[in-house]
Amino acid sequence: MIIDHPLLGPRDSAEFTYMGDAKLIDRPDWQAATAAQDFYEYAYLRDNPAGWHEELWFHEAGDRSWLVVTRNTLTHEISKVELARDVARRRGRST
Amino acid sequence: MRYSGLKVIKEALTGHKGWTPAWRDPEPQSHYDIVIIGGGGHGLATAYYLAKEFGQKRIAVLEKGWIGGGNVGRNTTIIRSNYLLDGNEPFYEFSLKLWEGLEQDFNYNAMISQRGILNLIHSDAQRDAFTRRGNAMILNGADAEMLTVRQIKERYPYLKTDDARFPIKGGLAQHRGGTVRHDAVAWGYARGADSRGVDIIQNCEVTGFRIENGTCLGVETSRGFIGAGKIGCAVAGSSSRLMSKADMRLPMESHVLQAFVSEGLKPVMPGVVTFGAGHFYCSQSDKGGLVFGGDLDGYNSYAQRGNLPTVEDVCEGGMAIFPAFGRARLLRMWGGIMDMSMDGSPIIDKTHIDGLYFNGGWCYGGFKATPASGYCFAHLLAKDAPHPTATAYRFDRFEKGYMIDEKGMGNQPNLH
Repeated sequence: MIIDHPLLGPRDSAEFTYMGDAKLIDRPDWQAATAAQDFYEYAYLRDNPAGWHEELWFHEAGDRSWLVVTRNTLTHEISKVELARDVARRRGRST
Repeated sequence: MRYSGLKVIKEALTGHKGWTPAWRDPEPQSHYDIVIIGGGGHGLATAYYLAKEFGQKRIAVLEKGWIGGGNVGRNTTIIRSNYLLDGNEPFYEFSLKLWEGLEQDFNYNAMISQRGILNLIHSDAQRDAFTRRGNAMILNGADAEMLTVRQIKERYPYLKTDDARFPIKGGLAQHRGGTVRHDAVAWGYARGADSRGVDIIQNCEVTGFRIENGTCLGVETSRGFIGAGKIGCAVAGSSSRLMSKADMRLPMESHVLQAFVSEGLKPVMPGVVTFGAGHFYCSQSDKGGLVFGGDLDGYNSYAQRGNLPTVEDVCEGGMAIFPAFGRARLLRMWGGIMDMSMDGSPIIDKTHIDGLYFNGGWCYGGFKATPASGYCFAHLLAKDAPHPTATAYRFDRFEKGYMIDEKGMGNQPNLH
């Protein structure tokens, strides 16, 4: 697979390591009353869809940036690549 | 019809006119006591043991495509029980014992060959870890033996033991491990279940569950609604997809695992060997092909095919210990979808929905587990209580902190 890095252009996916569902950006509030249940679901449960999937890739053998890659798990087609930083900011997770 | 050597001779002399289909092709009935979703090894084994060992009647196996067309037809056929943890080892040893009597039990030639499995050791720390593992195996009634390099060389003289980076220092052997004709496992269980009245319904895709007031009443299928007292799901890589129809999120990701077969060679590999410094394992099929595999590709996939970097990685592992195999050409390769759980261990449990039961999360180790998985799932379905060897395979172990993490990798499925 080729991942079209927003800063570096097309890169071989072998340069990256895979983390999983991009929902991992949305870390629960540790002070919430439901924190124990929230963290269990956050850490262990996954949608695991067959089809489009937003996922976290780390450019370990490159510029060490985290990316959010929108990829189809049925075809391996990649439709969108963003810096995870930008996605996190949009979701209010980062400054 | 009972298969035997005498029957083969009789049919050979009378023009092979007496063979009949190994299982029926029945129309689905409107209601069954127990419906198993998934006509793979685990689903068919479950139906077989339900009928044979637990006296259940009116059972159906629903299969979207043809039986045995998923991971039981696409694996590297290894059986073993060389696990470390208490939650796993009794279960896998139970499975290996079932393998040992399986062909007589279901009257089918599954070509079970206990040719032994050897895990190579490359460092002092690994020797300590494997010694501990071997002791855990022996404590649970399995066999294990630590071998010296000289003993290993007697069996595998062409093994590269003096590599500068990963020298081979010994190995942990399980002599009762081995290989099986994988398709015959599905067919043997199917035939055994069918002959005991189980309806095996192929080309029947489950499209939804009918759930009312927290009870599952049956399944919607491409061939109409089928009611059931109890429903067992055993669909491996499609687990998340199926259970999402019951609004469940599972502690697993589906990943692609590739495996490979070389062209046919004369007998060269007497058993199964695993590389201890990378992920590579190899055996030789009875047709002569070297059957080998390694790591997952590492990303979520339902595509049933992988990518080339993993092929390179696996072949590098092979070349590190078996340089001679570099001359063999690759005949075929394939990718299967693995239901990788969050701790690398499976789930055989009830769900929170009455009447709905789940068997999955087998990661890339489901084949060796087939007999015990079927037996334990049948036990759960028939008695509403887990089999003694499968009590740890609960849904709530992640929530409660009772993970069964053989590799100690944490909740990162692509690392198990």
